[in-house]
Amino acid sequence: MSGAAPALEVAGVGHRFGARAALADVSMRVERGRFAALLGPNGAGKTTLFSVITRLYDNRQGRVAIFGHPLDREPSRALARLGVVFQARTLDTDLTVEQNLLYHANLHGIARGAARVRIAELLDRVGLSDRRGDKVRTLSGGQSRRIEIARSLVHRPELLLLDEPTVGLDLESRADIVAIVRALVRDEGLSVLWATHIFEEIDPADDAVVLHRGQVVASGRAGDLARPGETLADAFRRLVADPGRAAA
Amino acid sequence: MSSSRTVEAAARPETRHRLGRLDAVGYLICLGGIVRRELLRFFNQKERFFSALVRPLVWLFIFAAGFRNTLGVSIEPPYQTYVLYEVYVVPGLAVMIQLFNGMQSSLSMVYDREVGSMKVLLTSPYPRWTLLLAKLIAGVSVSIVQAYAFLAVAYFWESDIPALGYLAALPAFLASGLMLGAIGLFLSSLVRQLENFASVMNFVIFPMFFASSALYPLWRIRESSETLYWICELNPFSHAVQLVRFALYLQFEPLACAVVVGTALAFFGMAVVAYDPGRGLMARRGGPAGETP
Repeated sequence: MSGAAPALEVAGVGHRFGARAALADVSMRVERGRFAALLGPNGAGKTTLFSVITRLYDNRQGRVAIFGHPLDREPSRALARLGVVFQARTLDTDLTVEQNLLYHANLHGIARGAARVRIAELLDRVGLSDRRGDKVRTLSGGQSRRIEIARSLVHRPELLLLDEPTVGLDLESRADIVAIVRALVRDEGLSVLWATHIFEEIDPADDAVVLHRGQVVASGRAGDLARPGETLADAFRRLVADPGRAAA
Repeated sequence: MSSSRTVEAAARPETRHRLGRLDAVGYLICLGGIVRRELLRFFNQKERFFSALVRPLVWLFIFAAGFRNTLGVSIEPPYQTYVLYEVYVVPGLAVMIQLFNGMQSSLSMVYDREVGSMKVLLTSPYPRWTLLLAKLIAGVSVSIVQAYAFLAVAYFWESDIPALGYLAALPAFLASGLMLGAIGLFLSSLVRQLENFASVMNFVIFPMFFASSALYPLWRIRESSETLYWICELNPFSHAVQLVRFALYLQFEPLACAVVVGTALAFFGMAVVAYDPGRGLMARRGGPAGETP
């Protein structure tokens, strides 16, 4: 089948809203078993790119493939390998944790029996086994996020996309979430694309892509983006500065 | 993290056992999940259940009782004798529940889109039209529960529906629910925001309900206005009401059936196009905040 195709390949993707180009000729990849960061200031096009990769928008320009399955020709095979944590909260607050996760399992064609076993395993993993029967509205922001991560993993995806998953969380919850996802990469070989503008979440050894005004302005090992003596945050500010100022 | 470990782990996904299945059985599981979620949400919102039931009951207990003496309904099919006005309006009110429910589902689609749970649905690996169909069936299931709850109350009030009629009407309710749900689904693709929903009430629900055979037989309307009569005749809601009315009295209305099924297919088709990421309104609809013009 797909051989050694990367977990995610985005090639020459463009997307327009009316006259304005939200993405222009974006190319990037997430290698198998790697944690890749997608960096960009607000409005850089990160969420639009996520929407293209999750097929919420059709990309007429360019190509997206997930483990070698092109999104336009084999959407089912591609989406079955993909887990997503959206930026907005997307749990049903009136339903219990388990009802939410079962619904998601069903959406991926997993019967309830098999799903229950998997859900128990995942709730254990995110440390919320005791909240299984509670309504989502009783959870804190950080707990809901952990449930959303558990939900995105129910169907055993091989690539996980997270769109600014730690936004609005306190330091401790943020650290928990980063730790959970990094453990998944380390222990289970999950491939991850993590959109953020919080540099503390990124290791120098991670892959990183910097998106600015809908274009990729830099990519490579996060540690290599910085010049000697520069922090990653400095490097990022330099990369997304206005062209006139960047030349200085 | 050591690099040898990463490489070893990276090789694993290839052999990883996937849980979901993408065949017809998988789709049925998916459909079941969508219907179950809709029913859970419905029963969780007690006020929604009661308001859905109270609305037609108010019509039946107050409006119909008031008009009882003014509006005698003469013999016309499917009735075999003069019927009380209360008896006449029951089928129309049952389908009115489905009309409101169809619009309510459409409202919840718009809400789902705003809060993002629509994205969760649309990242399911099944083809998009099958997901919309599942969503439609889920809404219809809720509407059928509501319609039968109303019929149960009406049974003790004033009703002469034969026992078998309740069973015979099930497919009719299914068809009318699908039609009204499909109209709602299509409208949900047009309505940009939740606030615009009031206009859906004014311009869709009320005209459809009043310009129909739900409250008065069409020959009565014809006596007062030929134009209005034709508007009612062309209104698919009239046909949904007639289909259910005839079925409740163990008769089949082929024209009504054809109109209802045809309208359902047409609106569902338009909804599928509207929700297609490439062609329809989803493509033109604004992107995420901050990334749109």
